[in-house]
Amino acid sequence: MPDLGLEVLFKGKNLARLLGGLWTALRISLLSVAISLPLGVLLGVLMTRNNRFVKALLQFYLNFIRIMPQMVLLFIVYFGSTRAFGWDISGEAASVIVFTLWGTAEMSDLVRGALISIPRHQYESAEALGMSKSQTSLYIIIPQAVRRLIPLSINLVTRMIKTTSLILMIGVVEVLKVSQQIIEANRMSSPNAAFGVYLSVFLLYFFACWPISLLAGRLEKKWS
Amino acid sequence: MDEVILSVKNLVKRFDDNTILNGISFDVRRGEVIVVLGPSGCGKSTLLRCLNALEPIQGGEIFLNGQAVDSAAKDLTGLRQQIGMVFQSYELFPHMSVLNNILIAPVQVQKRQREEVRAEALQLLERVGLREKQNSFPRELSGGQKQRVAIVRALCMHPEVLLLDEITAALDPEMVREVLDVVLNLAREGKTMLIVTHELSFARAIADRVLFIDGGKIVEQGKPADFFDHPQTERAKQFLRTFEYESVK
Repeated sequence: MPDLGLEVLFKGKNLARLLGGLWTALRISLLSVAISLPLGVLLGVLMTRNNRFVKALLQFYLNFIRIMPQMVLLFIVYFGSTRAFGWDISGEAASVIVFTLWGTAEMSDLVRGALISIPRHQYESAEALGMSKSQTSLYIIIPQAVRRLIPLSINLVTRMIKTTSLILMIGVVEVLKVSQQIIEANRMSSPNAAFGVYLSVFLLYFFACWPISLLAGRLEKKWS
Repeated sequence: MDEVILSVKNLVKRFDDNTILNGISFDVRRGEVIVVLGPSGCGKSTLLRCLNALEPIQGGEIFLNGQAVDSAAKDLTGLRQQIGMVFQSYELFPHMSVLNNILIAPVQVQKRQREEVRAEALQLLERVGLREKQNSFPRELSGGQKQRVAIVRALCMHPEVLLLDEITAALDPEMVREVLDVVLNLAREGKTMLIVTHELSFARAIADRVLFIDGGKIVEQGKPADFFDHPQTERAKQFLRTFEYESVK
């Protein structure tokens, strides 16, 4: 049996520290999701309107955020903007800002996609029954759009949780940073700690994201 | 059968520079069944869509019981409740059961009692042979079943006129019959209908009057027996010939 370095998890408060790190990652992603979802819905609806200026602006925003690696966005906000504008924000706040910018952009695209995927005939058939514009939206369009949207946006949540592993680069002590600290501190006593610690990080991410993916899959099946 | 309920006067419909309907005029009397025929692209479907203001019109007037129908009409939703429409592609609402598809507009738009509409809906479903499908979802139905539900959905609004836009064009041949039988029954009951179809023998059986449209105008109209057996215009003759095949044996 090779030494997997698992014993290090049970030294001191190491396991609790790892869980604390996971909570930091989850806290940042859930807060960003909570802000991104309503903003994304708003921008997504605006994108389906026929205002060319607004459309072009939102399109630029979406593409800009997509092209930029998240790491670069984190660096710009945390190192760049604080220096250039002289404000003081924590790494956690910078992370929430970046993840919200990203989540809003992705969410708006999902909302736009869900709305335009509903055939024009559905609007017409509702209108032919004498429904007003707001009744058509309320009873026919929004329920269908939401059914298409929920599985996709749940997947976005898991992507955001996974991507929080980048924020250790701006000094936020999340689960991966805690792992590095534990491995460093036990380098002499448990030289194989890397395997055990990263394995547990893997499992922690897995058990955070898996139920969410499962839920998305189930809803997709239910509404397909 | 003399009270005019729908009156179309000099209707003009253009898409940009492309004139689709160029001065169409006709009246529909209560209880009358009118079949609109014409080569594809002649504007038959567009005509029906104009009649309940799904398409804005560029000229002429449409009156339903004396009230002007156009996309800027003040009581457009009220007018549309009096004009039932059934589409080629059924257009049931996929997120609702059959029963809810039928109930949503009478209950939410006409504010009728849910129980009363439900009883009527079930009766109508029974008549089209789909009562046991009331809790099914559209995806679980065949094309012919979907179309019968769509007809019931339109009927439950108690429309003055029913517009049927190529309602069997997307169906497999063996399902055409079950849908057209429903429509024939409606005609027997005296429903006022305007039907666009490519089923000529059905047209002949059901129509009180045939309108033949080509090039955006009514080229010929008359009783089905006259139109089918003695078409007056060259274009109508040509159109009817396209449905005939000569034996090659």
